[in-house]
Formats: sequence, C-alpha cells, structure tokens
Amino acid sequence: MVPISHILILAGMIFALGVVCVFAHRNILMILIGVEIMLNAAGLAFVAGSMRWGMPEGQIFVLFLMAMAASEVSVGLALVVYLHKRKRSVNIDDFNEMKD
Amino acid sequence: MLLQTGFIYFATVIVVCALMVITRKNPVHSVLFMLPLFFHVAGIFIMLNAEFVAAVQVLVYAGAIMVLFLFVVMLLNIQKERVRPRVGLKWTFTAPLGLTLFGFLVAILVRSQYNGTQGSFTIEAVKQIGNSQAIGQVLYTDFLFPFEVASVILLVAMVGAIVLAKKRLD
Amino acid sequence: MPSFSMDNMVSILPEMIVLSLALAVLMFDLALPKDEKRYLAYFSVAGLAIAGYQTMNLAGLQLDTFYGMFVLDGYAIFFKVLFYIAAAIAILISIGYVKGQEMDKGEYYALILFATAGMMVMASGADLISIYLGLELMALSVYILAGFMRGSMKSNEAALKYFLLGAFSSGILLYGIAIIYGVTGTTNLAGIAAFIQSGQYSGPALTLAMILLVAGFGFKVAAVPFHMWVPDVYEGAPTSVTAFMSVGPKAAGFAAFLRVFTTALPGIQPDWTVIIASLAIMSMLIGNVVAISQTNIKRMLAYSSIAHAGYAMVGFVSGGMQGVSSVMMYLFIYMFMNLGAFGMVVMLRKDGVAGEELKDFAGLAKKNRTAALLMMVFMFSLAGIPPTAGFMGKFYVFMAAIDAGFTWLAIIGVMMSAVSAYFYLRVIMYMYMKEPEGEFELAAPLSLKLAMAVAVLGVLYIGMAPAGLIDFARISIAGMM
Repeated sequence: MVPISHILILAGMIFALGVVCVFAHRNILMILIGVEIMLNAAGLAFVAGSMRWGMPEGQIFVLFLMAMAASEVSVGLALVVYLHKRKRSVNIDDFNEMKD
Repeated sequence: MLLQTGFIYFATVIVVCALMVITRKNPVHSVLFMLPLFFHVAGIFIMLNAEFVAAVQVLVYAGAIMVLFLFVVMLLNIQKERVRPRVGLKWTFTAPLGLTLFGFLVAILVRSQYNGTQGSFTIEAVKQIGNSQAIGQVLYTDFLFPFEVASVILLVAMVGAIVLAKKRLD
Repeated sequence: MPSFSMDNMVSILPEMIVLSLALAVLMFDLALPKDEKRYLAYFSVAGLAIAGYQTMNLAGLQLDTFYGMFVLDGYAIFFKVLFYIAAAIAILISIGYVKGQEMDKGEYYALILFATAGMMVMASGADLISIYLGLELMALSVYILAGFMRGSMKSNEAALKYFLLGAFSSGILLYGIAIIYGVTGTTNLAGIAAFIQSGQYSGPALTLAMILLVAGFGFKVAAVPFHMWVPDVYEGAPTSVTAFMSVGPKAAGFAAFLRVFTTALPGIQPDWTVIIASLAIMSMLIGNVVAISQTNIKRMLAYSSIAHAGYAMVGFVSGGMQGVSSVMMYLFIYMFMNLGAFGMVVMLRKDGVAGEELKDFAGLAKKNRTAALLMMVFMFSLAGIPPTAGFMGKFYVFMAAIDAGFTWLAIIGVMMSAVSAYFYLRVIMYMYMKEPEGEFELAAPLSLKLAMAVAVLGVLYIGMAPAGLIDFARISIAGMM
C-alpha cells in the first residue's frame, strides 16, 4: 500500500500546477483547463483518503465531483463559444469593458 | 516493490504531462497532453483499488470533458497564443508562485499525521465483492441525497448551455 | 437492509416543492406563447408562498436525515424562509424588467428556482458533500442568470468573470475539503468535530484546510480579499439578477460558512476567529472607502454589499448564540434593504434607458415623491440610520461583538458605518436637491410596486419592532448552541 502522504504530495503538486495554469494564461480555455487540473488533484486526494481510512466517502465524492466538473465545463464552454461568436476572441484581456 | 515503481511511474508521467499542459503555446497541444494525464490518474486510482472510479475517470474526464475541450478548440480555430509584450513576464511571476505554493503544501502535508482507525470499506472488503458493487451499495443508500442533487446540477447545466449559446430563432 | 424512514421525505419537503416548481416552470414554458411568460412568474411566486407555508409548518422539528447528509433544524428553516422571500421579491422585480426583452423566457424563472433549491440545500447540509453540491447547484444557476442578457456585452463579461472566478474558488474549497477528509476520514460536520475533539490529530494540515475553506466561502460571500469579481459582475449582470445575486447566494454562503465553522471546526476556533476578524475589517474598510468614488449606482451597491458582508462577519466572529443570531438577523434585514435598493434602480428609467448612474437619480423627488421616499428609506437603512432595520441589524451585530470581547471590532464597524453614510446620503441629496436633467419615466408595474411595498414594510417594521425577528433567530438556533 502506498503511503497516503505520497499521494497527497502528488495531489498538492498537481493542484499547484493547476493554480499556475489559471494565473499564467490569458486564454479562457487554458484557464478552464487549469481549473480542471485543480479539480482532478482534489479528486486524487479524496480517493487516497478513502483508501487510507477505509471509508467510501472519498470515492463517492469523486463521482459527484466528476458529474459536477462536467456540468461546469459544459456551461463554461457554451459561454466561451458564445463569446467567441460575439467578439472573435477567447482572450480574457479583450473582455474588459467595465472599469473601476 | 512493484507498487512503488508503479506509483513512481504514474506520478512522474502525471507531473510531466501537467507541466507540458501549462507550457505549450498551442492550445491543441495542451489539450492533447491532458489525455495521458487523466489516464495516469486513472492508473493511480486502480492502484488504490478504486477500479470503478478509474473507469468513470476515463469515461467522463478523458472521454467527455477532454473531447468537449478539443471540439471547442478545433471549432473556434484558436490560434497560437499571441505573445503580447506585457505578458512576457508572466512566467517570472507565476513560476515562483507555483513553487512556493507547492513547497508550502508539501511542508504542511508532510508534517501532519494521519492517525485513526479504519472504517468498514477496507481494501479487503472491497476486493471480496468488487469495487462497483461496494460503491453501489453505499451510493443509493447512504449517499442518496447528494446523488439526487448532482442529478439536478446536470439538468441545470443542460438548461444553461442552451440558454447561453443556442442560436435564437426569433 | 437499511431502512428508509418517512422522516427523510418530510425533511426534504421544502426542497421537493421548490424543485418540482422549477421543473413545472420548465414544462409550462413550452405551452406558453412568447409574451405571456409572466404567468410563470406568478406561478413561481405562488409556489414559493406554498413552500413557505409548508416550511413554517415544519418549524420546531429537529430532523437528522439521509444518513447525516441533511438536517432540518431551526437554523435551516430560518434561512429557507429568507431564501423564499428573496426569490419571490426578485421574481416580482424581474417581471417588469424582462418584459419585451430577450430575457423574457421561462428558463429565467426556472433558474431562479433552481438557485433557491441549491441555497436551501446549502443551509441544510450537515455534510461537506451536501453543502458543496448545494453550493455548485446555486452557483451554476447564478452564472447562467448573470449572462442571461445575451445581447449586452457587459452581461456576457459578467457571466464570464463570475464563472471563471467561481470555478477557481470552488476548486480551492474542494481541495480544502479533500485535506479535511484526508486528515479526519469523514466529511460529516459532526464527525469532523468529534475527530478533532478526540485529539488524535496533530499537525498543521487542518489549519491549511481551514484557510482554504475560508478562501472558498469568502469568495461566495464577497469578502475582501476575495471580492475582485463583485463590482464587474454586479454592474454587468441584468439588474434584477444582481438584486437576487446580492442577497441570496450571499446569505446562503454565510449559512453554510457559519454552520461548517461552528459545527465542524469549533476545536480550532481561536485560529479562525482571528482570520475572519481580519476579513471583516478589510471588507468594511475597502467596501466603504471604494464605494465613495463610484458613480454607477450598481457598482456603488456592489462595494456596499462587500462592506455589509464585513458587518455580518463581525457577528460571525463574536460567535455563540448572540453572535450567530445577530448574523442571521442581519442577513434577513440586508435582504430587504438591498432588494429594495436594486428594485428602485430597476424602476428608474431615464430617457428610455435604464438609469444606472448616480446622476440619473437627480431631481427624482420633484418628479415622483413616492419613489424618492422609498429610495430614501432604503438608503437610510443601508447606512444604518434609525428607525430603519439597517440600524437594528448593525446594533445587534455590534452588541454581540462587544459582549464577546471584540469591542475594537465594533468600534471599527461603527466608524466605517459613519463613513458609508456619505455615499448613501449622497444619493438622497441627488434626489432631493438637484434639478432633474431629463425625462423620468418610472417603469413600475404592479409586481414591482408590490415587491417594493414588501421590502419597505420589512425595513420599517423590523426597524421599529426588531424583537420579533431576533427572537425568531434565537429560537431557531436554540437547539444548535
């Protein structure tokens, strides 16, 4: 059995990479991909916890998480497609009409 | 021993793929590198004796979400990210951010202890009846309520996607 | 064979009513012709009234159902009533606003109802899984609502920003939950508390998880420094959606935030008290100070709602029966006054265009005394001037802080409140002392008038007789404390 701390560290690494992806890109699709990576990292942590504790919550939650991630992605991508139709761009800097 | 090498292999591929996803300029390449990432995460799930979750991971993440992304990237004909002068610095800021975040997480996670007794969903018990059956036994009893809420979320997503993007015929 | 007691069905009766309502709206939408969608709105409000009646029937129960996933107690019922009223008023405000526009669709009302159902699940969740899924249901519905005005570039941008930042923050929240699960082995709130109590745990991971949870929830309730999305999203979204967004999800966020922290994490209370107190101070400070420079009413109200989240957090920090009940009362009052303020913005149409700038309010008093009077009441209430409910809300929150030993926090709150008077009273000054600049046309269908009447009655009645509400709040949480 792999010790849980190893998997949690791996999950932490992936989570950090996801956060970097969100912050480093101006392309909306890349930002969404970053969020997906973050969600996956959390899922990894959940299943690791489930194995270590012998409780089903982790795996069940990962199932719900995938359903929810799929929903979020469909709404997000629908929005992206529509925005592209209106402005021919998926760069977040082009969507800045409101200023302080 | 086998388990350890397996874990090291999966972990390395996952991290390398994630790095490639972040650093590619071409969005199509990024999305394509996500695929091995998801497959290897599924591999780790199998190592953790969660075969059902691994299968769903492949089906949903690799099979649905990534396909959606690929569709959109191809449909919108996203060009390589145009390099604008001021974002040339982005890596000098975000790379240290990522490293500190990771270091922070590792430091905290390593120092914590994971004590406590095991529950009844142990690997041996699951191996007896199979992961799918074990999950099924709890999913529709203990976790019925979140299950139903998740189904409403899916409905809302359908309504939302149509509301936001469908061509208006009037 | 596990048994399924009827208690389970009784406890989710409110959610079932609201969800059935939403589904019915989606179906009837197919049968109604394009111009008659407002019947769906009337139908929804009637349904919400029925749900409210049923929920009040269930008051006094303490049901722990669905294997610890869902709990129906006084706390949950209080918030559900809040959500019904918020949704009903928001729907009434919307009827006139969406008429004749591309927004006049059945899905609009269905989404508001879905969001309400999500909020109700959040308030009743006794397990991090339920709370998270309720939060996602609500959030997804509101992302879509924010982008509903497809023709407006601002609305599209608002939906985009809200969506991206919302997805990011929900990822952070989820990771925090994952760490808690990894450390304690359970996602059940009571179970987590028991685990921490038993002392088996050691190490900093729990504090990290707590910080991540604060970040995730802080985004939802628009606390500084997680407030970046608020001004743009509030300004860009259709005003009736902003009205709903500023009260419903915020109250639901607080409901879940409070329950998670007071039920699951009392073991590390000293840690999170400090953090939330700092968030409260920053929110009151930044919200009020930046609002001063805003000329767009929606943006001003956006920063004002950041500040109000700060005031609510002062009550949160105080904790205990007094603190929690003061937060609940504050959110209830805030719901009335904020919906009222946004409703007045919806009502105002200047030269055919929706009036969103401060100067659009100039001289309103001369043209329509009632409208100006209503707006004045709402502005007074937001500023916390007696005898309005806003004053009472702040009074109870600051009293709770002083009684809990956070006197300095209360002092900062009062000071910031005084600062806020500047921009609220500025609106009143524009209405009464400036000359009207264009043609006023108040789009005030009966539904909007009704909504405003309810809001102003709520504000004035609670302002003069707050005992009823505070007792309702205290009785609701009697079992919990």
